[in-house]
Order: sequence, then C-alpha cells, then structure tokens
Amino acid sequence: MSENKDERIVGIDLGTTNSLVAFMQGEQPVVIPGEDGLNLVPSVVALANDGPRKFVVGNGARQYLVETPERVIYSAKRLMGRGVDDVREELKLFPFHLADDLQAGEVLRIKLGSEEFTPPEISAYVLRQLKKNAERYFGAPVTKAVITVPAYFNDAQRQATKDAGRMAGLEVLRLVNEPTAAALAYGLDRKKEGIVAVYDLGGGTFDISILKLHEGIFEVIATNGDTHLGGDDIDNLLIAIAIDDIQGELGIDVRTSPETVQAIRKEVIAAKIALSSEPLVRISVDLPTGERYQRELPREAFEQIIKPVIDRTIEPCKQALKDAGVTPEQIDEVVLVGGSTRIPSVSQLTDDVFHLHARGKKPHTELNPDEVVALGAAVQANILGGGSKATEDMLLLDVTPLSLGIEALGGVVAKIIQRNSTIPASATEHFTTGVDGQTNVAIHVVQGEREMAKDCRSLARFDLKGIPPMSAGLPRIEVKFLIDANGILHVSAREQRSGKEAEIEVKPTYGLTDEQVETMILDSFDNAEADFAERQLIEARNEADTILAAVDKAPSNAAWQQLTDEERGQIALLKDELFVLKQGDDLKALRAGTEALDKATRRFAELMMDAAVSSAIKGETMDSAGDKLGEGPTAPHPFAPAEISKD
Amino acid sequence: MSAACWSCGSALAAGAPFCVACGKVQAPTADVTYFDVFGLPRKLALDTSTLERAFYKLSRKLHPDVYARASEREQQWSLEQTSLLNDAYRTLKNAIPRTEYLLKLEGVEIEQDRASENGAKKESRMPPDLLEEVFELNMQLEEMRMNQKMGEDDPQLRGDLEKAKTQFEGQLAESDSDLQKLWVKWDAAVDADDEASQADAKNKMVALLDRRRYVRNLVRDVNEALGA
Repeated sequence: MSENKDERIVGIDLGTTNSLVAFMQGEQPVVIPGEDGLNLVPSVVALANDGPRKFVVGNGARQYLVETPERVIYSAKRLMGRGVDDVREELKLFPFHLADDLQAGEVLRIKLGSEEFTPPEISAYVLRQLKKNAERYFGAPVTKAVITVPAYFNDAQRQATKDAGRMAGLEVLRLVNEPTAAALAYGLDRKKEGIVAVYDLGGGTFDISILKLHEGIFEVIATNGDTHLGGDDIDNLLIAIAIDDIQGELGIDVRTSPETVQAIRKEVIAAKIALSSEPLVRISVDLPTGERYQRELPREAFEQIIKPVIDRTIEPCKQALKDAGVTPEQIDEVVLVGGSTRIPSVSQLTDDVFHLHARGKKPHTELNPDEVVALGAAVQANILGGGSKATEDMLLLDVTPLSLGIEALGGVVAKIIQRNSTIPASATEHFTTGVDGQTNVAIHVVQGEREMAKDCRSLARFDLKGIPPMSAGLPRIEVKFLIDANGILHVSAREQRSGKEAEIEVKPTYGLTDEQVETMILDSFDNAEADFAERQLIEARNEADTILAAVDKAPSNAAWQQLTDEERGQIALLKDELFVLKQGDDLKALRAGTEALDKATRRFAELMMDAAVSSAIKGETMDSAGDKLGEGPTAPHPFAPAEISKD
Repeated sequence: MSAACWSCGSALAAGAPFCVACGKVQAPTADVTYFDVFGLPRKLALDTSTLERAFYKLSRKLHPDVYARASEREQQWSLEQTSLLNDAYRTLKNAIPRTEYLLKLEGVEIEQDRASENGAKKESRMPPDLLEEVFELNMQLEEMRMNQKMGEDDPQLRGDLEKAKTQFEGQLAESDSDLQKLWVKWDAAVDADDEASQADAKNKMVALLDRRRYVRNLVRDVNEALGA
C-alpha cells in the first residue's frame, strides 16, 4: 500500500475538544465528514464495554459523558507528554482518574472502565476514527497523514502526538504547528505579502505566531503561547462558580456526583456558545435532590468572569512581537483561529493588542475557525505529496518555540539552540570526562527559557556509553543535537580521538520508548484492515447489483431502441461479465467491471434523460417523468434522475 | 577525491549542497563554513536582503518538504543540509553573531555569552576608560537594590540610573557604527590580500566586541535594577 504513489495524504487537526480530517480536492482543501455527516469529531473516547473491548469515539461517545462519566475520556490532548505532577491540579476538574501506582516522570495512565490507557493511546482512538472516516470517503485505505500540534508544544508533547499516529496505523509525515497551518489555509486564496499574526485560542491551548509571507514562503519569525489555556479553562471557571452557587444557595455539594458535574459542564458550554450571539442566557441544571439550579448570565457578567483567562493571552502576544522585532503597527493582518475566538471579547482583545481598529483593520475570520487548521494541514499534506498547481510555490519555514539547553554544573542551563530558530536547526557541543578511565558521560537536555534546569522542561537524559578509557579531560565527545522539521530532537555522538561512534542511551523524561509504542499499536488494527476490505467488497457488490438491475430493466425503455446493435451487444457482454465478477472477491476487477458497464450505458442514460426532459416540457410532471426513467432515487449514476431538480 | 553527484555523476563544486545538473541533494561535507553555504567570501559587509533572497532560494531546493517522497538517504541529507542552511542564515543575518563567527573562523576564542562550565557567569574584562563610570554606577545600583529591599524609592537615584542607561545605550549604538567601519576595513584587507591590515582589523573587532559585551551587561543590570 505504501508503494502506491497516488495514495492520498490527509491533514488532521487533533484538537483538545474536536478533531477533523481534511484533504486537498483539486485546488481546494475540504473537510471530510464522518458517517453522521458532521465535520467535527469530538475528541471523546468511551469504553462501552470491557469484555470484548468496544470503543466509541466522537459524537457517539458524548452521551456516555453524562451517563457513565467513569468510562469516558475527553481533552486527552492536555495530558499528552506530561507527568503526574503537571496535571494533578487540573485533573480535579475532570471526571477521570489516574492510575494509583504512577511514579513521577512516568507516562500517565488514565483509568477507563476497569482498564488503564496512556494519553497517546486515547488520541490514537480519535485518530483511528478520523482515518476510518477518510477511508470511507475515499473508498481506499489511508496510511499517511500530516497532524497539527500547538506551536508551543514541547518535544515530549510532539513525540506523544507522533506516537499516537503510529498506534493508529498512520505514518505521520509531518507535525505542523496549528497557527502555521491556519496561515497556509488563508494564504492559499490570496497571494498575500507582508507580516501576519495568527492568534489561535482553541479548546485547551493558546498559540500566537508571527509570520512573514513572501512569494509563497511562509516564514515564521516568532511564536509563543500557553499549552494550558483555552476554552476548557473558561468552562472550568464557570463550572466552579456554579458549584459554589449551588453550595451557597441550596447547601448541596454536587462535587461528589460526577453526573451532575457533567450536566453542569454541558449547560455552561451551551451558555458560553450562546453568549457569543445573545446578550443574556439562562442556565438551568436538575440536581440529584430533585431541586433545580437556575441562574441568569448576562454577557457583561460573563465577560467579567472570563477576563482573567483571556487576559493571559496578552503577554505571549507581546513577547512574540518583541521576539519578532516588530511593533503592533507593523502587523499587516491578524488571523483568528480556534472556536474560542468566536467570543466577542476575545476578538476585541486582539483588536487592542494589535491596534487594529485604529488602523481601520479587522481580524480575519472568513474561514471557519474550527476548520481552518485542518484545511491548512491538508495543504501541507498536498505539498509533501509533491504539490499541485495551487501549492506549487508554497514552502513553510517554521521555528522551534522553546530554547534547547543542557544542564551544566550547578544546575544552570547552557542554551544551545535559541527559541524561534528556524527548524531544522542544529548545535554541536563537546564534552569530556572528569575522572580517569571514565567510560560514561550523562547529559541532561532541557527545554525552556529559565536559567535553572529544574525550572525548565526535562526532555531526556542521554547516557554516552563506550567511551574508550583515557585520562580525565582527554576524550573529546562531539554531540550533535538536531531539531527536525517536526520540532523533535535527535541526538548523535562521536568520540573524536578514537573516531568511535558513541552509544547513546536515551531516557525520555515523559515519553514512551519505541518498544512501548510498538505494544500499544491498536490491537484491532489488523482486524480493522480486514474489516475494511470486507466492507469495501460488500459495497462494491451492492453497486454492481444496482447497475445490473437497472440494465435488466433497460429494454423496456423507449430509449433502448435508439441504441445501435453494437452498443446493445456490448452492454449485454459487459453485463454477463459483471455478473460473474460479482460472485468472486476480486475487489479491483469488480470495480473495473462496474465502471465498464457504467461507461457502456452512458449514452443510453443520456438518451433517457433527454426523453424525460422533453416530456417534462410537454407538460408531464417531473414526478411521472421520473417514473419513466424506470428507477427510483437509489439508482447509481447513469440511471439516477439526479440532473432533474423538482423545483 | 573529486566529488561527483551520486545521482547523475556530474562533477560537484566543493561542499555543494545540491547538484547543479540534476538538482538532487548531496551528502553534507565536513568543514563547510556558513559563508560557503551561501557561496560568499569571508567578508562582513553583507546586504541582508540579498542574503534573505539566497536563503529562500536555497530553502526551496533543500527543505525536507521537497524530499518527503524521496529515499530515506536523501531525506536525511536534506534534513542535515537544511539545518546547516538555517544555522548559517541565523548566524550571518545578524551583525554581532556574524562578526563573532568570522572571528572564530580566524582562530579567535570568543567568550561564550552563556553560563560557563562551572555555573558562574563569566564577566567580561572591564575596559579601562570606563573605570570611573562603572565604579559610580555600581554604587548606585547597590543603593537602588537596597532601596527596593526596603520598599523605598529615591527619584533622584532613579533619574541618575535612567541617565546612565541612556548614556550606555548611546555607547552601544556608537560601537555598532564603529563595527561597521571595521567591517569595511576587514573586507578591503581581504580584497587586497593584506595580512597585516587583516590582523589589525581583527584585533580591533575583538576589542570592540569585548567592550560591547561589557556595556551591554551594564545596560542589562541597570534595566534589572530599574525593574524594566
């Protein structure tokens, strides 16, 4: 399959709240809907039963949130690449629980029903759903994807996302930063030049990126953000207020009832969304005691409540401007991305930060803020797939959001790659031994801007092994650090005196080892492939049946007589062939046979259509003309009265 | 060995990142300087907009995005060549890193402006002509910090520090324009192949960068004390 050059590469926005899959259709990126016809797949995973595991993902999983909250995980993105100490506070607001035996520094495991799952596994289930949706849409397997991540994601969070892709059976060709993806989607329509700021406030993360656009090159010059800031925080704030209210007014502590907390959550989210267009909403929640909590929330009060949350986006914006070396006035365009930018006061905030109103400008919101990142991912997927007319001059040059450093003696950080360096970026450092005959050197790599290693994010501990024993200070070990185009670090080392390639043992601080990822590749993956092939065959047989049935009826139509003997003979031949193919299980041949018969009957279909149209003009109703076509609305292409609309 | 393109066999220029004949990316070669990456001589007065255009042009040829469907080997080379290109552009586009890099190529040990091995920040040597000013400034900084600890504010002292800050910032700007004059001197000496003149320009640049680093640290200290 991977040899197939025409295989479509999809673009995936793996979001905190919702996820989407898109691809480039001709010159335009489009979102692929799920079976339910909806573009957004909620990033919610429910374990419906334990016995034979049954997972439900997306909209279907949402009902479990209220019914059996202990069997559902949502917002798993906030837990990706993080340790137990990072999330303990935050988890208090979620209904799910961590495994009891977690050690500091270990990859999180979350209880789901009677089992435990790591955040990348949960994300893998979401990704697999998107993969299925795309396969259903294309009628062909999908194994390659571009996945977006928040620009401010660190190495561990990026690696976790890549791992999730692998578990879902996707080769992740590139991780693209979300704001940059959005810029790509916007940049496709108009050939823009100049400096653009992308403000991306999603469900759980905030990014600000400043880009320079020049002749199709999208050069990120600075990025900043907060991977724990988004719509979730607004929801949690509103939930906390409601819980307090209920405690104060009715004396009921609902925190012990996860079902009620989820009901409140559902209600405040609806209120938040409504307040983007309404001046006032009413919140109403039934309590387990039979009482009802009600409260009116005017938009002004809402804006007061959320101000501390959204104000946290101001500082990253200012820092990004400073790092980019530009003033707000030099920003030509501002693009708003992420569902939370629908809140009027968020839009107002960007206006203030970038002095838009004063300059007669407005932020860009033309593309749906929920979909624009996925659309951009599809554009990048197209570029990686070899490009098309629409993308031929486009090239994305992104940066690393955080400085990379090594812990030196005394716990201070020696920075070796500065933040906002264009990636791929590299740095070479030399190390030596401190003791005679020493054969190991340990290197602690961190990411962040603080002076002390303990205040930065620990990425990994590298153990350089197999150094030839020499006097202290004599070995000269050259270590090369390389951040690839995904923002992921690679390390290689060489002892220069002996020229020996040093062996490196990597202990990722918050990551899974390759071996662990291997064991987590979704169990049912192989089954899914088999299921898929089977489903395709069934669908193809159904298609063949439909066309065969239509051809059977054809001679009774007047148009049939207008065909030449040769045409009729050809149709009969192909019909017999298809009948035989339908009994076998060669999918390709079956499809080819169906297509051949379809092609052979095209002129007949046209003649029939003409007849229908002219009889309609003669005064027959469309409905009866439709009857004359001999087929109901379920017929496939050549016989379908699809060209005739009823109005 | 004279290098040939792995793909089409055409002869390659030394250190060429891609083959001019067939456009394929080549294995990175050791000892390529950042100047080589752009095919530039080791001169300092660079037009940054020309450099930017060259950077974009090379990026279009070397970037991993262009090699997403190529062999694993080419992907790896593209990654290494692009990281070299990016490192080179980042270094050469800014005046100070560019000068420091050239001096390093010329065998000068540049003081690293980051935490050193023993964890303490290395202080640059104080330029002798600044002795008096620095002595007074340090007294004022000490007083300011004491005031802050006590929660007091002395407008007079604050004013003095603001003035000192403006003065040192002026010196920074001055050193930048002095540096540009030294670039011209260096470049001319390179063109004339005048070794003595090159050595002179080099030594002056080293001294100027030392002083500049010192003054910049002063400005940083004053900013910290002023809480800016």
